[in-house]
Amino acid sequence: MNKPAFKLAGVMLAVASLAFAGCGTRTDAGAGGGSGTKVATIGVIAPLSGDLSALGLGIRNSVDLAIQQANKNGTIPGWTLKLDAQDDQATPDVGKNAATKLASEDTVVGVVGTLNSSVAQSVIPVLNAANIVQVSPANTNPTLTQGTDPANPTRPYPNYFRTCTTDSVQGPFAAQYLLGAGIKKVATIHDKKAYGQGLVEAFTKAFKDGGGTITDAETINPDDKDFSAVITKVKATSPDAVYYGGEYPQAGPLSKQAAAAGLNVPVMGGDGIYDPKFIELGGRDGDLATSVGAPVDTLESAKAFVEAYKAAGFSEPYAAYGAYSYDAANAIINALKVSLASASDAKSARQATITAMADVSFDGATGKVAFDKFGDSVSRVLTVYKVDGGAWKAEKTGELK
Amino acid sequence: MELFFQQLINGLSLGALYALIAVGYTVVYGIVQLINFAHGEIFMIGAFGAFATWTIMGRPTGSPVATSLLFILPVMLIGGVVASVAVAVAMERFAYRPLRNAPRLAPLISAIGVSVFLQELVRLFFGRIPGMPDAKSDLAFPSISGISGASVQMGGVLIRASAIFTIGALVLCTVFLWIFVDRTKTGRAMVATSQDADTARLMGINVDRVIVSAFAVGAVLAAVAGVAQGLTVGNIGFRMGFLAGLKAFTAAVLGGIGNIYGAVVGGLVLGVAEALASNYLGTTAWKDVWAFILLILVLVFRPQGLLGAKVVDRA
Repeated sequence: MNKPAFKLAGVMLAVASLAFAGCGTRTDAGAGGGSGTKVATIGVIAPLSGDLSALGLGIRNSVDLAIQQANKNGTIPGWTLKLDAQDDQATPDVGKNAATKLASEDTVVGVVGTLNSSVAQSVIPVLNAANIVQVSPANTNPTLTQGTDPANPTRPYPNYFRTCTTDSVQGPFAAQYLLGAGIKKVATIHDKKAYGQGLVEAFTKAFKDGGGTITDAETINPDDKDFSAVITKVKATSPDAVYYGGEYPQAGPLSKQAAAAGLNVPVMGGDGIYDPKFIELGGRDGDLATSVGAPVDTLESAKAFVEAYKAAGFSEPYAAYGAYSYDAANAIINALKVSLASASDAKSARQATITAMADVSFDGATGKVAFDKFGDSVSRVLTVYKVDGGAWKAEKTGELK
Repeated sequence: MELFFQQLINGLSLGALYALIAVGYTVVYGIVQLINFAHGEIFMIGAFGAFATWTIMGRPTGSPVATSLLFILPVMLIGGVVASVAVAVAMERFAYRPLRNAPRLAPLISAIGVSVFLQELVRLFFGRIPGMPDAKSDLAFPSISGISGASVQMGGVLIRASAIFTIGALVLCTVFLWIFVDRTKTGRAMVATSQDADTARLMGINVDRVIVSAFAVGAVLAAVAGVAQGLTVGNIGFRMGFLAGLKAFTAAVLGGIGNIYGAVVGGLVLGVAEALASNYLGTTAWKDVWAFILLILVLVFRPQGLLGAKVVDRA
């Protein structure tokens, strides 16, 4: 991700695009001409270069598809939609610059992005100040919509929405899965970081409410390598599974060392361990992970999207977040149907678009698309994955009740 | 009671690892009064050297136990030792020797710089060596049949083969160190230099060579520790030296810095304290708190450390 060549190329691109932005000739829409259609732009901010570009290009193409369809069907009478995709290189600073650029263009009424929660943290404030609605297909960090205090959630930015589920529902979903599988005694371990601790707290509450017993609650240091003392202590309480809050660099070795110490029970975690590296570093067959959303190829509702995507002839696959991006773009388009109807130009419709988002509700590729009062998706679909034969396999997809 | 012995074994295994690294801090400090903060990275380089050797050997997996223990593991150990010693000697030559007569703080800062340099070197360039995997995230350490995953059951206590390897390596290394320091010319020269470098030079001792050998001895033990950690925890990474180095330095101070046997005792005490504290004094979150309370208590009542010299004239 830190390849200097990419950075240099990115800088040069940014310089070049700034130079050309000065020539801006696109904002003549609605200037009294008799041509009939006015232009509104939907931006994309995602990593279009670097290690994560496969995901980012899938996001861009899926949004492109939604825009093409809307223009073809004349979804918004009197208006033509345009795409403006910006590279954030998965870096907060670059993302912020991309947001600033989009915010300065008068035709921009909405943005789909970002991929990374960390980039979102610097992008949202910029777009919020310009009253531009932002819908992320992939940010799972709960604080983006609920603020930093989980006990007392307040929405920090009224312009921000997302179509994916968040980390805060993963713990309860894991608890339901284990209880459903007949596992009633679980020990928890977390790495004291916000993500891991949050997962374990949410899991513990749901697991106890469901009638399960937490036999032991332990922590590790993310820098620790030797977990034998913790494992010995956990083993003494003879749990049927270990729930781990944290990421794969610790979880893989933890699973391996647990087996070596004779603790032969599955280790379960969140999307932080749902990675092939987990298995490489010691994850065993039977270990479990939850991740947000459903595998798109198994979804009935996504069939139309997948077919249209193939027919459109994009050179890159839609990747993990394609369907969520398609839904995000369509959510914005649905809001624009309301806000642009009476607007004279795109810029004056920005606030109305944000207001209209609250009432958006339709059946998208990933299921029902609508937002709660925090801007989170009302759909809470997750999938449990299991290590089987040295690879992650989808085990069970369901909705958190 | 079984739990107590299990945690005691865990603690001894962890402590043996700390002790192997701590010797490097203490030997160098005893001779040049330098706290070599890059020593944790020498430990890391040892693990990567062993990993690279294993890769060059064609990644042998699932060999019979005898082949693994008598051929693959020794060759990996040698590879790790060679890498560690080479880096340690180069480090002494280029980062510390030019600062030999500079104020004390200069080599200390230089050591921190070397530490960051070596971490980044492995992170960025290990993957560029032909045939080696990218080291930007943790790598799985090879499984050695007969050690990885193997264990002995004694009553209710499970002793992992990797723990036996680590503790055995510490015992062997301590015996060798004792022979080296007490019975060889170079060892005696090291003792003489640590007592008084100027007089030692007047007696015809090549002080530069003694200093290099001090770094080399520490590097050998650190490389063994690197392999031991790889076998115990199953993975290695470019950041593994940081926390291990910090703990080992603590062990060296606990035992009395400058005293080799003090480093061994300090390491074992620290490891056992951590393991037992995580079981009996609160949750595992508290283990480091108790380990450092122990350090403070020892330093308050015995400032020279457990086995340190009675008269403290340095540090």
